[in-house]
Amino acid sequence: MRIFNLIGSYFLLLGKVFSMPEKKMIYYKLTIKEIEKLGLNSIVIVAIISAFMGAIITIQTAYNTTSPFLPSYLVGLAARDSILLEFSSTIVGLILAGKVGSNIASEIGTMRVSQQIDALEVMGVNSASYLILPKIIATIFFNPFLTMLSIVVGIIGGWSVGVFTGVVTTQEYINGIQYAFIPFYITYALIKTVVFAFLITTISAFQGYNVEGGSLEVGQASTRAVVASSVAILLFNLILTQLLLS
Amino acid sequence: MIRVSGIFKSFNEHAVLKDINATFEKGKTNLIIGQSGSGKTVLLKCMVGLFDVDDGEIYYDDVLFNKISFTERKDIRKKIGMLFQSGALFDSSTVEENVMFPLDMFTNMTLEEKRERVNFCLKRVNIINFNHLFPAEISGGMQKRVAIARAIALNPRFLFCDEPNSGLDPKTSILIDELIKEITEEYDITTIVNTHDMNSVMGIGDKIIYIYKGEKWWEGTKEDVLQSDNKEFNDFVFASALTRKIKGIL
Repeated sequence: MRIFNLIGSYFLLLGKVFSMPEKKMIYYKLTIKEIEKLGLNSIVIVAIISAFMGAIITIQTAYNTTSPFLPSYLVGLAARDSILLEFSSTIVGLILAGKVGSNIASEIGTMRVSQQIDALEVMGVNSASYLILPKIIATIFFNPFLTMLSIVVGIIGGWSVGVFTGVVTTQEYINGIQYAFIPFYITYALIKTVVFAFLITTISAFQGYNVEGGSLEVGQASTRAVVASSVAILLFNLILTQLLLS
Repeated sequence: MIRVSGIFKSFNEHAVLKDINATFEKGKTNLIIGQSGSGKTVLLKCMVGLFDVDDGEIYYDDVLFNKISFTERKDIRKKIGMLFQSGALFDSSTVEENVMFPLDMFTNMTLEEKRERVNFCLKRVNIINFNHLFPAEISGGMQKRVAIARAIALNPRFLFCDEPNSGLDPKTSILIDELIKEITEEYDITTIVNTHDMNSVMGIGDKIIYIYKGEKWWEGTKEDVLQSDNKEFNDFVFASALTRKIKGIL
């Protein structure tokens, strides 16, 4: 019963979030700030993780496919498809659920317990829209760039470590990257990224917005935000994969 | 003027407010007093619309606030200034940005005009040359004064203060009280202050309402306080050794 109550409250909050903004210019400025805070500040962590994951996928594929019957381009092909189909959207999504999700939940939760949200409401400001809408727009706009960055850095990371360790040559790796390439996979990754960005932002904001109590409850809301966002990402990953690739 | 009539409010079947009737007059500092947990903050939050009442009516002048549409309510809220117990300043904004916030949201003033208004409000509460500091970088008393500056930025007609003295030393508390009273008289606004501080009661209480276990038990002025024969009210007012001593002397 509680789950239905939560889902209902979540959609009611979304209804408040997507009402007409009071002053569009203020929302525009807030969105730019959020792009910096939630997007630009995530570039380094996404790049580091993508480089290492690309490298590890390459090495693992190479060490597990030593049969002479397997084509030499297989390492590059496996790295490309792993990064494109799953890693850059889903795994980066899970990482962002941890970084961005906890940030959003704790920021909004702290504003709730310190009565800053009450102050907005008393002034006649739609606090849900004011606090959450710019974050949704910022992540939906910027996360696809993070995904593209992750794809590029992951493939480069795989190539550099593969060549450095001698498990694959540059030519073999590039052949694998180019072999039977399906451009729709990029669209698929970007669609997933946009959906995951929406889920991370709204679920985390929902957790923060409904905090009751003090700093302990803010911490708990932050944890719940990460867990709920991660579960939602995995569930929607399954649904979207079935819908888009079947 | 604000008038509340037959206000009932409960949480999970626990009645917090029971049939509260009161009139808060314009140009006066109206105090709601009572012990912690008596329901005074809930009453204040009902009056500003943060909580919906279970039953009863809240009038701002002649407008029935709790029965009007969201848009109409928004128009009234723009005439409300509120000072929260914690100050509730926006952590990530500077002092200047905090005071400018309502001007940004609800006026079409130019940046210059807004700066002028912000400086006027900050000067009014004796905060000068702190515009670019963040709330965490100023003292609790200064945070309260900045919150008052933000509350008066739009020239409100109604000012609500929820325990404005909590966490402040007695001297700073008196300064905040005096500031609230001065602003009330200067702008001829309806001010409602929630407090359990007896210094405030005797200092600025033009009209006092005592809430006990969710019910209104006493109503009067600061001059009436010492003459009251209401047992629950006297138990609250003369709870401290100092007030008992003063009563003994008088």
